[in-house]
Amino acid sequence: MEKDVLKKIEVLTASAKYDISCASSGTTRKSQPGKLGSTSGWGICHSFTEDGRCVSLLKIMLTNYCIFDCAYCINRKSNDIPRTALTPQELIDLTMEFYRRNYIEGLFISSGIMRNPDYTMERMLKVVKDLRTVHRFNGYIHMKSIPGASRELVQEAGLYADRLSVNIEIPTEQNLKLLAPDKSYESIYRPMGYIQQGVLESAEERRKYRSAPRFAPAGQSTQMIVGATSENDQTILGLSAALYQRQGMKRVYYSGYIPINNDRRLPVVKEAPLVRENRLYQADWLMRFYQFGVNEIVDEQHPNLDLDIDPKLSWALRHPEAFPVDVNTADYAQILRIPGIGVKSAQLIVASRKYSRLTAQSLAKIGVVMKRAQYFITCHELPMYTIHEATPGYLRELLSEKRTDALPQQLYFPFSQSVVV
Amino acid sequence: MNVFFYDKSFEGLLSAVFDAYARKKFPDLLLEKGDVPPLLVEYSHEVVTCPEKTERVWSGLRKKLPKLVLTQLTYAWLSETAGSDEVIFRYIRKAFDKPHCIATDFNDEDVLSLKKLTQKVSKEVQYLAMFIRFQRMADGIYFAPVAPVYNVLPLATGHLVDRFSDQRWIVYDEGRKYGYYYNQKTVMEMALDDESSLQNGRLREDLMAGDEKLFQDLWKRYFKTLTIKERMNRKLQRQHMPQRYWKYITEKQ
Ligand code: SF4
Repeated sequence: MEKDVLKKIEVLTASAKYDISCASSGTTRKSQPGKLGSTSGWGICHSFTEDGRCVSLLKIMLTNYCIFDCAYCINRKSNDIPRTALTPQELIDLTMEFYRRNYIEGLFISSGIMRNPDYTMERMLKVVKDLRTVHRFNGYIHMKSIPGASRELVQEAGLYADRLSVNIEIPTEQNLKLLAPDKSYESIYRPMGYIQQGVLESAEERRKYRSAPRFAPAGQSTQMIVGATSENDQTILGLSAALYQRQGMKRVYYSGYIPINNDRRLPVVKEAPLVRENRLYQADWLMRFYQFGVNEIVDEQHPNLDLDIDPKLSWALRHPEAFPVDVNTADYAQILRIPGIGVKSAQLIVASRKYSRLTAQSLAKIGVVMKRAQYFITCHELPMYTIHEATPGYLRELLSEKRTDALPQQLYFPFSQSVVV
Repeated sequence: MNVFFYDKSFEGLLSAVFDAYARKKFPDLLLEKGDVPPLLVEYSHEVVTCPEKTERVWSGLRKKLPKLVLTQLTYAWLSETAGSDEVIFRYIRKAFDKPHCIATDFNDEDVLSLKKLTQKVSKEVQYLAMFIRFQRMADGIYFAPVAPVYNVLPLATGHLVDRFSDQRWIVYDEGRKYGYYYNQKTVMEMALDDESSLQNGRLREDLMAGDEKLFQDLWKRYFKTLTIKERMNRKLQRQHMPQRYWKYITEKQ
């Protein structure tokens, strides 16, 4: 490896770092004889940058040359920045060597568009294919598919990559056209469709033959930039909900807009909308793990998420009639809706109330945040000072987070060797 | 007060359970042989660790408890924290005495304590899987020094074997002065006779493979560039990556 790779790595990382979908989750693959690596369930973070984000994959671009000119992107053609490219072999060596030292879970490869989408895809494909077949790399690979790539190439990529993604970037087509004139929804949805189809076909094949190859076993993900355009949260979450309906769509990422370029089409903002980004993740979380429908979170009257309180509390305050909930008798779904009770404590509640009645004290020990939960529950000895006595308005004051508390916590999970109930 | 003395091994603890049932005397306090007993001892017993007793108790537990809980008991033991042996003892006793399976009865003090101890230990195992950093030595062996709070090396090797099955490696607990060596086939316990090969959590430079330094520099450069200045949040960084690990983390050295 030549010394000039140091410079290349710097340029190409700076170009890739704004893509925030870095998780290495979604597939468990044990080690195989003669191969390097394994993947584990939720994925492992190996480091945290000074902005507090998880480093799991080697997230880098093959090249930051690009023939497109997307207004929000640091690599757009019209930007005057240093440009370079790694050779496929250089990227392969970096991945292998970093992996062997336990720096990373695997590779997240993306690229600026050289010549045309397919030419670019072929270069990326060479890297992932060689990693798997020549170097017998068994760790995680996330490959960003290029908008407008052909079916054949997407299909081949799915045989080697664990996860494929195509970023939507802008939540409405009209605004996408405005900011990224070289792109269209069609050029994004088409490869998304190829991936979806690949996932379905492989599932079908594998039902017949256990040995049929797996296609992108960790499914696909996508990303939207939040705050670069005028869409409200209802539009954004509505789109997410629709995307999650698709087979194999595992994650939608929200990236608070950071002004990188000076451009008349873009809003002037002083700082990234980090609180809003965090609220969107919380809402996304409610849809995926708390059995909330998108219309319960945002609607015509409330098209934007409340920045001062989280969306679950917000729902509870709008629905005092659903409370108080009796933790000793209510079903799991109801318990999940109580502010201050997460998935883990809800499970513990349901498991332990079989043996004895739960008290306020035992709830606190289990991990329930009583400061919040007390207004929404009954458990025989609690004083009756619920949301009805306190009123939703007062609780909103009382339980609002100071804005700094509401700063994003990037969601990450410990790997699933969970010995914990 | 009833006091039992034992040899502070897990086998010894299980033998103590056996003795307690055999004598129908249950300890209020578990001490190591040689410890000074408290005043006012009513009954004192010295446990002889023996494989038959251990085996009897363990197989009894196997019938009473899900496998997960058995693992939890060993995790709690490896926490090596004061009083964890008493939690384990009381837990086992309840498991034998109560008519129902106590595994999910989190209203019970000891069941909850065991869960919390286990969580702390498994967190430490996870930290190891996250933050171990191998350095390649001139002879091709990958070497990772660590200093976990709990004695978790034995719990981490499974993951490392799975992941790094095609390379030779060593993980070494600098605090407890032992480690494991994997030769691409089996894992063996080992100790360094000469710790001068280590300096501040790092391999001495003259022992490193030729390109080791370059890959460390590449990684550091990558890590540094990745930060998004507009989102600076060092508090969050420290929260996720405790500072006590930094000594061993290449990119934080
Ligand atoms: S195509 Fe991708 S890399 Fe090129 S300018 Fe647009 S967003 Fe940036």
